[in-house]
Amino acid sequence: MNHIVIDNSKCKACYLCIKECPKNLIKISSQTNNLGNRTVEFVDPNHECLGCALCATRCPDLAITEVYRG
Amino acid sequence: MATQVFKLPESLRENTRYSFCPGCDHGVAVRLVAEVLDELGIRENTILAASIGCSVTIYDFLNIDAIEAPHGRAMAEATGVKRARPDKFVFTYQGDGDFASIGLAESLNAALRGENISAICINNTTYGMTGGQLGPTTLVGQVTTTSPTGRNIEYYGYPIKIAEHIALCDGTAFSARVSLDTVANIKKAKQAIKKAFEVQIKGLGLGFVEILSTCPTNWKMTPDEAHERVRNEMMKTFVPGIYKDVTAD
Amino acid sequence: MATECITNKKVLTKGNYAIAQAAVLAGCECYFGYPITPQSEIGEFMSGKMQELNRGYVSAESELAAINMVIGACSTGAKAMTSSSSCAVSLMQEGLSYATSDQLPVVLVSVMRGGPGLGNIYPSQGDYFQATKGGGNGDYKLIVLAPSTVQECVDLTYKAFYLAHKYRNPTVLLADGLLGQMMEPVEFKEYPYPEIDNSGWALTGAKGRSGRVIRSYAPLAEDQCVFLEKLYQKYKTIEENETEWEEIGTEDADIILVSFGSTSRNVKTAVKMCREKGIKAGILRPITLYPFPNNRLKELACIAKKFIVVEVNMGQMVNDVRLAVNGKVPVELIHKPVGAPPAPEEILDKIEELI
Repeated sequence: MNHIVIDNSKCKACYLCIKECPKNLIKISSQTNNLGNRTVEFVDPNHECLGCALCATRCPDLAITEVYRG
Repeated sequence: MATQVFKLPESLRENTRYSFCPGCDHGVAVRLVAEVLDELGIRENTILAASIGCSVTIYDFLNIDAIEAPHGRAMAEATGVKRARPDKFVFTYQGDGDFASIGLAESLNAALRGENISAICINNTTYGMTGGQLGPTTLVGQVTTTSPTGRNIEYYGYPIKIAEHIALCDGTAFSARVSLDTVANIKKAKQAIKKAFEVQIKGLGLGFVEILSTCPTNWKMTPDEAHERVRNEMMKTFVPGIYKDVTAD
Repeated sequence: MATECITNKKVLTKGNYAIAQAAVLAGCECYFGYPITPQSEIGEFMSGKMQELNRGYVSAESELAAINMVIGACSTGAKAMTSSSSCAVSLMQEGLSYATSDQLPVVLVSVMRGGPGLGNIYPSQGDYFQATKGGGNGDYKLIVLAPSTVQECVDLTYKAFYLAHKYRNPTVLLADGLLGQMMEPVEFKEYPYPEIDNSGWALTGAKGRSGRVIRSYAPLAEDQCVFLEKLYQKYKTIEENETEWEEIGTEDADIILVSFGSTSRNVKTAVKMCREKGIKAGILRPITLYPFPNNRLKELACIAKKFIVVEVNMGQMVNDVRLAVNGKVPVELIHKPVGAPPAPEEILDKIEELI
């Protein structure tokens, strides 16, 4: 199952990843992290993730740490 | 069986957390450098000459040996490192003010000597760490804290096109300008960094990459708007491209 | 131009060449410099010799670049040096401040000329303050060695490399235009000091260990406090172990002359002339200007009635002698603003006036 791993503690809420996802699978979370930022969450109930890693390539803060395909 | 298609580079220090502002492209640039160090397998043979400004913090994030140069002197220090230890891979990571204003003499002369080193210059058209003053790459018309009505050429003169200047030096092996505004351009940027590193490994002379980057904080823009500005304004003056490549056919 | 580094036999050599040859014999791996009179022969000699020996040499674009190239080379543990004079050493002050904070074994040969500003190329001791007090920012010290003969130019160049590496602190060989340009018979012996292990700090590439950073950036005040306390502990050790001076005729002296470098040569002659006239004079010649022989001067202040400092500037070292003596006895100054040191007869006349 294609998926990404987010380290929320590093997220600075720039939300660049949200715009990057071709399937709109990254949303603003209701949670705030240790930095006081409202972070993002990966929501993929229908298994639409392409494993394209556009989000991780875009993320300027190393918060998307892993991307898997299959 | 799942295949990992993205992981954080091993050349980063463990549990690295950047101290850059939200949305700052420095973070991407540092990661790309780390990825290239990984791919070339040179992390353990590398010495970095760090600079002054937001770029200085790179040594907190990369797990490599580093010397911190005074403002503008990274190319001189890299020269010293390389002349003392020619077998080491040596590179600088500098901002535009560091590389092309206070350090212009060091940068151009290193290129003219054909120093066998590599240099990365982050161009964000302002002095970021000190609060957004006019720098050598500030665009004509751009408002900064020291050009409150915008950069007019009668008063402030023109911005410098760094990659073109470095390409003019006979000792330069590779000079390119890249951007981080889109994922496609991030991938191109990585290829340019790799090339700038490879020419050093081959002993061909200076490898140089100017990276168009954002400063959302001082530009007073969202990270998205900042990338729009890179595309719509910066790229008109600072045209991306490869300006010199001695390895090209 | 002399290009051979001869050892163990007396040869007639110019001060600047003596320094350059000694640096090569001390194992200097890299030289970076920018020309300025009266020390240009050092760079000229090095340009040929370093290439011949397959060592590092760069005709730097400026003194700013030169000192930073030395810093870069030293960060790898290499023996590296630059040489310059007065107004151009001014341009190196930033680098020297960084190098003290980075704790790097930078060696600088400073061949003084007249100042301030462009001044002239006559001998001078006007950069005593520049070398010992520094023009760079923050709290730091440079080790400063002051030769008075061409032979000492050789011996103290060796010592400069040794002390710089032993203490990981920038070290200055403070000569002047007279020493740089004069010829005397000298002997080049083998480098007499042990090599210092730098494997604990030098940048070699992070093979099998995590990346080392040589930095001066200390964003937290408490970190800077800890660092400076440690740095000044090192300076205390240097003061206790490395203070060096020469004394002649001080044991029963009423008048103690204090003089360094080329000027001290004429002062020694003047002291001899004093003794012939029945004036009980002696000389203390600091060889290290930092660390300064404060304790010895303090001891001598209990014996002597008067101190007279002789220097070719408007009176710089005299301040340090006054601090050392701390009001115990009067400290007078015989000086000349710039040029060749005052003749022994002239010094004798002035001594007689002052007593």
